[in-house]
Amino acid sequence: MASIDSGGDGGGHKKGPGVKKAKKMSTKVDMTPMVDLGFLLITFFIFTSTMSQPTAMNLFMPKDVDKPEDQNKVKESGAFTIMLGKDDVVYYYAGLDPTQIQTATFKTIREEIIRKKQNTNPEDLVMIIKPTEDATYKNTVDILDEMTINEIKRYAMVDISDTEMQLIRATEAAAGIK
Amino acid sequence: MPSVKLKKHAPDNDMTPFVDIAFLILSFFIMATKFKPEEPVEVTTPNSVSSQALPEKDAFMVSIDKDGRVFVSMDNPQARQLLISNLNTTRNLGLTPAEIKNFINAPSVGVPFSQMKSLLSLDPEDENNKNAIKAQPGIPCADSTGGELYYWVRDALVAYSGKKLNLLIKSDNSTKYPAFKNVLNAFKKNDQNKFLLVTSPEDAPAGSALYVTRQKQISGGK
Repeated sequence: MASIDSGGDGGGHKKGPGVKKAKKMSTKVDMTPMVDLGFLLITFFIFTSTMSQPTAMNLFMPKDVDKPEDQNKVKESGAFTIMLGKDDVVYYYAGLDPTQIQTATFKTIREEIIRKKQNTNPEDLVMIIKPTEDATYKNTVDILDEMTINEIKRYAMVDISDTEMQLIRATEAAAGIK
Repeated sequence: MPSVKLKKHAPDNDMTPFVDIAFLILSFFIMATKFKPEEPVEVTTPNSVSSQALPEKDAFMVSIDKDGRVFVSMDNPQARQLLISNLNTTRNLGLTPAEIKNFINAPSVGVPFSQMKSLLSLDPEDENNKNAIKAQPGIPCADSTGGELYYWVRDALVAYSGKKLNLLIKSDNSTKYPAFKNVLNAFKKNDQNKFLLVTSPEDAPAGSALYVTRQKQISGGK
Protein backbone atom coordinates (compact mmCIF):
# COMPACT_ATOMS: atom_id res chain seq x y z
CA MET A 1 0.00 0.00 0.00
CA ALA A 2 1.02 3.55 0.51
CA SER A 3 4.67 3.74 1.12
CA ILE A 4 7.51 6.14 1.30
CA ASP A 5 10.64 5.07 -0.44
CA SER A 6 13.39 7.42 0.33
CA GLY A 7 15.69 5.64 -2.07
CA GLY A 8 19.30 5.46 -1.15
CA ASP A 9 19.99 2.15 -2.83
CA GLY A 10 21.74 3.89 -5.73
CA GLY A 11 25.30 5.07 -5.76
CA GLY A 12 26.50 4.31 -2.30
CA HIS A 13 30.06 4.92 -1.35
CA LYS A 14 32.54 2.21 -1.64
CA LYS A 15 33.75 1.08 1.61
CA GLY A 16 36.99 -0.46 2.45
CA PRO A 17 37.22 -4.09 3.38
CA GLY A 18 37.73 -3.28 7.04
CA VAL A 19 34.76 -1.03 7.35
CA LYS A 20 31.86 -2.66 9.01
CA LYS A 21 28.70 -2.40 7.03
CA ALA A 22 25.95 -0.61 8.86
CA LYS A 23 22.88 -2.72 8.99
CA LYS A 24 20.49 -1.47 6.37
CA MET A 25 17.16 -0.52 7.88
CA SER A 26 14.11 -0.55 5.73
CA THR A 27 12.98 3.00 4.98
CA LYS A 28 9.52 1.92 3.96
CA VAL A 29 6.83 3.06 6.34
CA ASP A 30 3.58 1.22 6.22
CA MET A 31 0.97 3.94 5.79
CA THR A 32 -2.05 1.67 5.79
CA PRO A 33 -3.29 2.48 9.32
CA MET A 34 -2.89 6.18 8.72
CA VAL A 35 -4.89 6.02 5.50
CA ASP A 36 -7.54 3.92 7.21
CA LEU A 37 -7.92 6.46 9.94
CA GLY A 38 -7.95 9.28 7.41
CA PHE A 39 -10.84 7.80 5.51
CA LEU A 40 -12.68 7.02 8.70
CA LEU A 41 -12.48 10.69 9.64
CA ILE A 42 -13.57 11.77 6.15
CA THR A 43 -16.65 9.61 6.36
CA PHE A 44 -17.41 10.94 9.83
CA PHE A 45 -17.15 14.57 8.78
CA ILE A 46 -19.12 14.03 5.58
CA PHE A 47 -21.98 12.56 7.54
CA THR A 48 -22.03 15.11 10.31
CA SER A 49 -21.59 18.27 8.27
CA THR A 50 -24.65 20.27 7.35
CA MET A 51 -24.12 21.76 3.98
CA SER A 52 -27.35 23.59 3.26
CA GLN A 53 -27.69 26.63 5.43
CA PRO A 54 -31.20 27.47 6.57
CA THR A 55 -32.82 30.45 4.95
CA ALA A 56 -35.12 33.06 6.38
CA MET A 57 -38.47 34.04 5.03
CA ASN A 58 -39.93 37.43 5.80
CA LEU A 59 -43.32 37.67 7.36
CA PHE A 60 -44.94 41.00 8.04
CA MET A 61 -48.13 40.95 10.01
CA PRO A 62 -50.49 43.91 10.03
CA LYS A 63 -51.02 45.79 13.25
CA ASP A 64 -54.29 45.16 14.95
CA VAL A 65 -56.63 48.08 14.43
CA ASP A 66 -59.69 48.56 16.54
CA LYS A 67 -61.47 51.21 14.54
CA PRO A 68 -63.14 49.87 11.40
CA GLU A 69 -62.42 53.08 9.47
CA ASP A 70 -58.68 52.43 9.82
CA GLN A 71 -58.92 49.08 8.15
CA ASN A 72 -57.96 48.63 4.55
CA LYS A 73 -60.86 48.09 2.27
CA VAL A 74 -60.64 45.43 -0.39
CA LYS A 75 -62.27 45.84 -3.76
CA GLU A 76 -64.54 42.99 -4.68
CA SER A 77 -63.00 42.64 -8.13
CA GLY A 78 -59.50 42.27 -6.72
CA ALA A 79 -60.11 40.07 -3.72
CA PHE A 80 -59.08 36.44 -3.75
CA THR A 81 -59.44 34.42 -0.60
CA ILE A 82 -57.49 31.25 0.02
CA MET A 83 -58.41 29.07 2.97
CA LEU A 84 -56.25 26.25 4.21
CA GLY A 85 -58.19 23.25 5.36
CA LYS A 86 -57.59 19.80 6.74
CA ASP A 87 -55.48 17.19 4.94
CA ASP A 88 -53.63 19.73 2.77
CA VAL A 89 -56.80 20.78 0.96
CA VAL A 90 -57.14 24.39 -0.13
CA TYR A 91 -60.40 26.26 -0.56
CA TYR A 92 -60.63 29.47 -2.49
CA TYR A 93 -63.11 31.95 -3.81
CA ALA A 94 -62.77 35.10 -5.87
CA GLY A 95 -64.55 38.24 -4.81
CA LEU A 96 -66.22 38.65 -1.48
CA ASP A 97 -68.92 36.00 -1.56
CA PRO A 98 -67.86 32.97 0.47
CA THR A 99 -70.56 30.75 -1.00
CA GLN A 100 -68.54 30.65 -4.25
CA ILE A 101 -66.12 28.35 -2.44
CA GLN A 102 -64.11 25.95 -4.55
CA THR A 103 -61.68 23.18 -3.70
CA ALA A 104 -58.09 22.87 -4.84
CA THR A 105 -54.84 21.29 -3.78
CA PHE A 106 -51.46 22.90 -3.25
CA LYS A 107 -50.50 21.76 -6.73
CA THR A 108 -53.48 23.29 -8.52
CA ILE A 109 -53.83 26.49 -6.50
CA ARG A 110 -50.96 28.09 -8.40
CA GLU A 111 -52.91 28.00 -11.66
CA GLU A 112 -55.82 29.68 -9.94
CA ILE A 113 -53.58 32.37 -8.50
CA ILE A 114 -51.98 32.98 -11.90
CA ARG A 115 -55.37 33.14 -13.60
CA LYS A 116 -56.63 35.62 -11.04
CA LYS A 117 -53.49 37.71 -11.38
CA GLN A 118 -53.83 37.87 -15.15
CA ASN A 119 -57.48 38.86 -15.08
CA THR A 120 -57.22 41.52 -12.39
CA ASN A 121 -55.98 45.06 -12.30
CA PRO A 122 -52.66 44.75 -10.38
CA GLU A 123 -53.60 47.75 -8.22
CA ASP A 124 -56.67 46.03 -6.90
CA LEU A 125 -55.34 42.52 -6.44
CA VAL A 126 -55.28 41.41 -2.82
CA MET A 127 -54.85 37.83 -1.70
CA ILE A 128 -56.37 36.99 1.63
CA ILE A 129 -54.97 33.94 3.36
CA LYS A 130 -57.09 32.33 6.03
CA PRO A 131 -55.66 29.25 7.66
CA THR A 132 -58.15 27.16 9.60
CA GLU A 133 -57.36 25.42 12.86
CA ASP A 134 -56.68 22.21 10.97
CA ALA A 135 -54.04 23.70 8.73
CA THR A 136 -50.42 22.92 9.47
CA TYR A 137 -47.49 25.27 9.59
CA LYS A 138 -46.18 23.74 6.39
CA ASN A 139 -49.42 24.68 4.64
CA THR A 140 -49.04 28.25 5.84
CA VAL A 141 -45.45 28.52 4.66
CA ASP A 142 -46.33 26.88 1.36
CA ILE A 143 -49.09 29.34 0.62
CA LEU A 144 -46.93 32.31 1.63
CA ASP A 145 -44.35 30.86 -0.70
CA GLU A 146 -46.88 30.77 -3.52
CA MET A 147 -47.26 34.52 -3.03
CA THR A 148 -43.52 34.94 -3.51
CA ILE A 149 -43.43 32.52 -6.42
CA ASN A 150 -46.22 34.28 -8.28
CA GLU A 151 -45.03 37.72 -7.20
CA ILE A 152 -48.22 38.78 -5.52
CA LYS A 153 -47.39 42.12 -3.94
CA ARG A 154 -50.36 42.49 -1.62
CA TYR A 155 -51.48 39.70 0.61
CA ALA A 156 -52.61 39.40 4.17
CA MET A 157 -53.01 36.62 6.68
CA VAL A 158 -56.32 36.96 8.47
CA ASP A 159 -58.45 34.91 10.84
CA ILE A 160 -61.21 32.88 9.35
CA SER A 161 -64.84 33.94 9.82
CA ASP A 162 -67.58 31.67 11.14
CA THR A 163 -69.51 31.64 7.86
CA GLU A 164 -66.46 30.49 5.99
CA MET A 165 -65.67 27.90 8.60
CA GLN A 166 -69.17 26.45 8.29
CA LEU A 167 -68.86 26.36 4.52
CA ILE A 168 -65.56 24.55 4.78
CA ARG A 169 -67.02 22.07 7.27
CA ALA A 170 -69.90 21.41 4.86
CA THR A 171 -67.54 20.95 1.93
CA GLU A 172 -65.31 18.68 3.98
CA ALA A 173 -68.30 16.58 5.02
CA ALA A 174 -69.38 16.29 1.40
CA ALA A 175 -65.90 15.27 0.32
CA GLY A 176 -65.63 12.78 3.17
CA ILE A 177 -62.68 14.37 4.95
CA LYS A 178 -62.79 13.58 8.62
CA MET B 1 9.30 -19.57 -30.41
CA PRO B 2 10.50 -17.08 -27.98
CA SER B 3 7.91 -16.67 -25.30
CA VAL B 4 6.92 -13.09 -24.48
CA LYS B 5 8.10 -12.29 -21.10
CA LEU B 6 5.68 -10.20 -19.14
CA LYS B 7 7.31 -7.47 -17.21
CA LYS B 8 6.85 -7.99 -13.56
CA HIS B 9 5.00 -5.16 -11.98
CA ALA B 10 5.78 -4.06 -8.54
CA PRO B 11 2.79 -5.07 -6.44
CA ASP B 12 2.75 -1.91 -4.42
CA ASN B 13 1.46 1.10 -6.29
CA ASP B 14 2.48 4.52 -5.16
CA MET B 15 -0.54 5.78 -3.31
CA THR B 16 0.94 9.07 -2.18
CA PRO B 17 -1.19 11.33 -4.46
CA PHE B 18 -4.27 9.42 -3.44
CA VAL B 19 -3.48 9.91 0.23
CA ASP B 20 -2.72 13.58 -0.42
CA ILE B 21 -6.16 14.15 -1.90
CA ALA B 22 -7.82 12.15 0.86
CA PHE B 23 -6.28 14.32 3.53
CA LEU B 24 -7.10 17.45 1.56
CA ILE B 25 -10.76 16.45 1.58
CA LEU B 26 -10.49 15.55 5.24
CA SER B 27 -9.11 18.95 6.17
CA PHE B 28 -11.82 20.63 4.09
CA PHE B 29 -14.56 18.84 5.95
CA ILE B 30 -12.98 19.52 9.31
CA MET B 31 -12.87 23.23 8.51
CA ALA B 32 -16.32 23.39 6.92
CA THR B 33 -18.18 21.44 9.57
CA LYS B 34 -20.18 23.37 12.05
CA PHE B 35 -21.61 21.30 14.81
CA LYS B 36 -25.21 21.78 15.60
CA PRO B 37 -25.80 22.47 19.27
CA GLU B 38 -27.97 19.84 20.80
CA GLU B 39 -31.54 21.08 21.01
CA PRO B 40 -34.26 19.67 23.22
CA VAL B 41 -36.68 20.07 20.31
CA GLU B 42 -36.53 18.31 17.00
CA VAL B 43 -37.87 20.53 14.28
CA THR B 44 -38.02 19.80 10.55
CA THR B 45 -38.48 23.09 8.80
CA PRO B 46 -40.55 23.43 5.61
CA ASN B 47 -39.01 24.48 2.31
CA SER B 48 -39.38 27.90 0.81
CA VAL B 49 -38.05 29.69 -2.26
CA SER B 50 -36.63 32.47 -0.10
CA SER B 51 -32.94 33.02 -0.72
CA GLN B 52 -32.25 35.30 2.20
CA ALA B 53 -29.63 33.97 4.58
CA LEU B 54 -30.61 33.42 8.16
CA PRO B 55 -29.08 36.04 10.45
CA GLU B 56 -26.88 34.35 13.02
CA LYS B 57 -26.37 37.28 15.32
CA ASP B 58 -28.83 39.19 17.46
CA ALA B 59 -31.46 36.53 17.11
CA PHE B 60 -34.28 35.63 19.42
CA MET B 61 -35.64 32.34 18.26
CA VAL B 62 -38.94 30.78 19.15
CA SER B 63 -39.15 27.12 18.18
CA ILE B 64 -42.40 25.24 18.00
CA ASP B 65 -42.27 21.48 17.79
CA LYS B 66 -44.84 19.25 16.16
CA ASP B 67 -46.90 18.96 19.34
CA GLY B 68 -47.07 22.73 19.72
CA ARG B 69 -44.54 23.04 22.54
CA VAL B 70 -42.85 26.43 22.50
CA PHE B 71 -39.17 26.98 23.25
CA VAL B 72 -37.06 30.10 23.24
CA SER B 73 -33.38 30.54 22.60
CA MET B 74 -30.99 33.42 22.14
CA ASP B 75 -27.55 33.43 20.60
CA ASN B 76 -25.82 36.15 22.58
CA PRO B 77 -24.74 35.04 26.10
CA GLN B 78 -24.74 38.63 27.41
CA ALA B 79 -28.29 39.15 26.23
CA ARG B 80 -29.26 35.83 27.78
CA GLN B 81 -27.89 36.97 31.09
CA LEU B 82 -29.80 40.25 30.89
CA LEU B 83 -32.94 38.40 29.88
CA ILE B 84 -32.81 35.91 32.72
CA SER B 85 -31.95 38.47 35.38
CA ASN B 86 -34.82 40.66 34.16
CA LEU B 87 -37.20 37.74 34.30
CA ASN B 88 -35.83 36.71 37.64
CA THR B 89 -36.79 40.04 39.19
CA THR B 90 -40.02 40.75 37.31
CA ARG B 91 -41.44 37.25 37.65
CA ASN B 92 -39.97 36.40 41.08
CA LEU B 93 -38.30 33.21 39.90
CA GLY B 94 -35.92 33.13 42.85
CA LEU B 95 -33.00 31.80 40.87
CA THR B 96 -29.56 31.39 42.39
CA PRO B 97 -26.48 32.63 40.48
CA ALA B 98 -25.63 29.01 39.63
CA GLU B 99 -29.04 28.51 38.09
CA ILE B 100 -28.68 31.72 36.10
CA LYS B 101 -25.38 30.40 34.80
CA ASN B 102 -27.14 27.20 33.84
CA PHE B 103 -29.63 29.19 31.79
CA ILE B 104 -26.86 31.04 30.00
CA ASN B 105 -25.37 27.72 28.93
CA ALA B 106 -28.65 26.01 28.09
CA PRO B 107 -29.43 25.66 24.36
CA SER B 108 -33.12 26.49 24.57
CA VAL B 109 -35.69 26.61 27.30
CA GLY B 110 -39.35 25.71 27.26
CA VAL B 111 -40.96 25.55 30.68
CA PRO B 112 -43.56 27.65 32.47
CA PHE B 113 -42.10 30.11 34.96
CA SER B 114 -43.30 27.92 37.82
CA GLN B 115 -41.00 25.08 36.69
CA MET B 116 -38.11 27.30 35.75
CA LYS B 117 -36.21 26.86 39.01
CA SER B 118 -36.49 23.10 39.07
CA LEU B 119 -35.33 22.86 35.43
CA LEU B 120 -32.34 25.10 35.92
CA SER B 121 -31.29 23.35 39.12
CA LEU B 122 -30.64 20.20 37.08
CA ASP B 123 -27.07 19.61 36.08
CA PRO B 124 -27.11 19.44 32.26
CA GLU B 125 -24.01 17.23 32.21
CA ASP B 126 -25.68 14.50 34.21
CA GLU B 127 -27.03 11.71 32.01
CA ASN B 128 -29.97 11.13 34.35
CA ASN B 129 -31.23 14.63 33.72
CA LYS B 130 -31.20 14.35 29.91
CA ASN B 131 -34.72 12.98 29.81
CA ALA B 132 -36.07 15.68 32.09
CA ILE B 133 -34.49 18.32 29.87
CA LYS B 134 -35.94 16.67 26.78
CA ALA B 135 -39.43 16.48 28.28
CA GLN B 136 -39.97 20.18 28.83
CA PRO B 137 -43.66 21.05 28.51
CA GLY B 138 -43.15 24.24 26.50
CA ILE B 139 -43.83 27.85 27.37
CA PRO B 140 -47.56 28.49 27.79
CA CYS B 141 -48.86 31.01 25.29
CA ALA B 142 -52.30 29.68 24.45
CA ASP B 143 -54.40 32.72 25.24
CA SER B 144 -55.14 36.09 23.69
CA THR B 145 -52.67 37.91 25.93
CA GLY B 146 -49.76 35.87 24.67
CA GLY B 147 -49.36 33.95 27.92
CA GLU B 148 -45.91 33.70 29.45
CA LEU B 149 -44.25 34.02 26.06
CA TYR B 150 -45.31 37.67 26.16
CA TYR B 151 -42.94 38.27 29.09
CA TRP B 152 -40.14 36.41 27.37
CA VAL B 153 -40.49 38.56 24.28
CA ARG B 154 -40.84 41.74 26.32
CA ASP B 155 -37.71 41.09 28.37
CA ALA B 156 -35.76 39.96 25.31
CA LEU B 157 -36.59 43.30 23.70
CA VAL B 158 -35.49 45.07 26.86
CA ALA B 159 -32.23 43.12 26.86
CA TYR B 160 -31.70 44.24 23.27
CA SER B 161 -32.95 47.79 23.67
CA GLY B 162 -31.34 50.12 21.17
CA LYS B 163 -30.21 47.31 18.91
CA LYS B 164 -32.10 45.52 16.20
CA LEU B 165 -33.28 42.13 17.34
CA ASN B 166 -34.13 39.55 14.70
CA LEU B 167 -37.22 37.62 15.65
CA LEU B 168 -36.97 34.13 14.27
CA ILE B 169 -39.74 31.61 14.31
CA LYS B 170 -38.78 28.03 13.66
CA SER B 171 -41.59 25.59 13.43
CA ASP B 172 -42.14 22.01 12.40
CA ASN B 173 -43.87 20.95 9.19
CA SER B 174 -46.72 19.32 11.02
CA THR B 175 -47.24 21.97 13.69
CA LYS B 176 -50.87 23.00 13.76
CA TYR B 177 -51.62 26.55 12.74
CA PRO B 178 -53.16 27.64 16.10
CA ALA B 179 -49.84 26.99 17.87
CA PHE B 180 -48.11 29.23 15.37
CA LYS B 181 -50.80 31.85 15.71
CA ASN B 182 -50.43 31.93 19.49
CA VAL B 183 -46.75 32.70 19.09
CA LEU B 184 -47.52 35.47 16.59
CA ASN B 185 -50.00 36.80 19.11
CA ALA B 186 -47.37 37.02 21.85
CA PHE B 187 -45.15 39.03 19.50
CA LYS B 188 -48.03 41.23 18.37
CA LYS B 189 -48.83 42.11 21.97
CA ASN B 190 -45.31 43.50 22.15
CA ASP B 191 -45.91 45.52 18.94
CA GLN B 192 -43.62 43.29 16.95
CA ASN B 193 -44.88 42.64 13.45
CA LYS B 194 -41.80 41.68 11.49
CA PHE B 195 -40.66 38.09 11.64
CA LEU B 196 -38.27 35.78 9.93
CA LEU B 197 -39.44 32.23 9.43
CA VAL B 198 -36.70 29.65 9.39
CA THR B 199 -36.99 27.47 6.30
CA SER B 200 -34.88 25.20 4.16
CA PRO B 201 -33.90 26.46 0.74
CA GLU B 202 -35.71 25.36 -2.39
CA ASP B 203 -35.54 26.44 -6.04
CA ALA B 204 -38.28 28.51 -7.61
CA PRO B 205 -40.47 26.25 -9.76
CA ALA B 206 -39.58 26.48 -13.46
CA GLY B 207 -41.81 28.78 -15.44
CA SER B 208 -43.23 30.69 -12.49
CA ALA B 209 -43.12 34.49 -12.28
CA LEU B 210 -40.38 34.40 -9.63
CA TYR B 211 -38.34 31.99 -11.73
CA VAL B 212 -38.56 34.34 -14.72
CA THR B 213 -37.50 37.34 -12.59
CA ARG B 214 -34.57 35.45 -11.13
CA GLN B 215 -33.47 34.31 -14.59
CA LYS B 216 -33.60 37.92 -15.75
CA GLN B 217 -31.52 39.01 -12.79
CA ILE B 218 -28.93 36.38 -13.58
CA SER B 219 -28.70 37.29 -17.27
CA GLY B 220 -28.90 41.00 -16.50
CA GLY B 221 -25.98 40.71 -14.12
CA LYS B 222 -23.66 39.56 -16.89
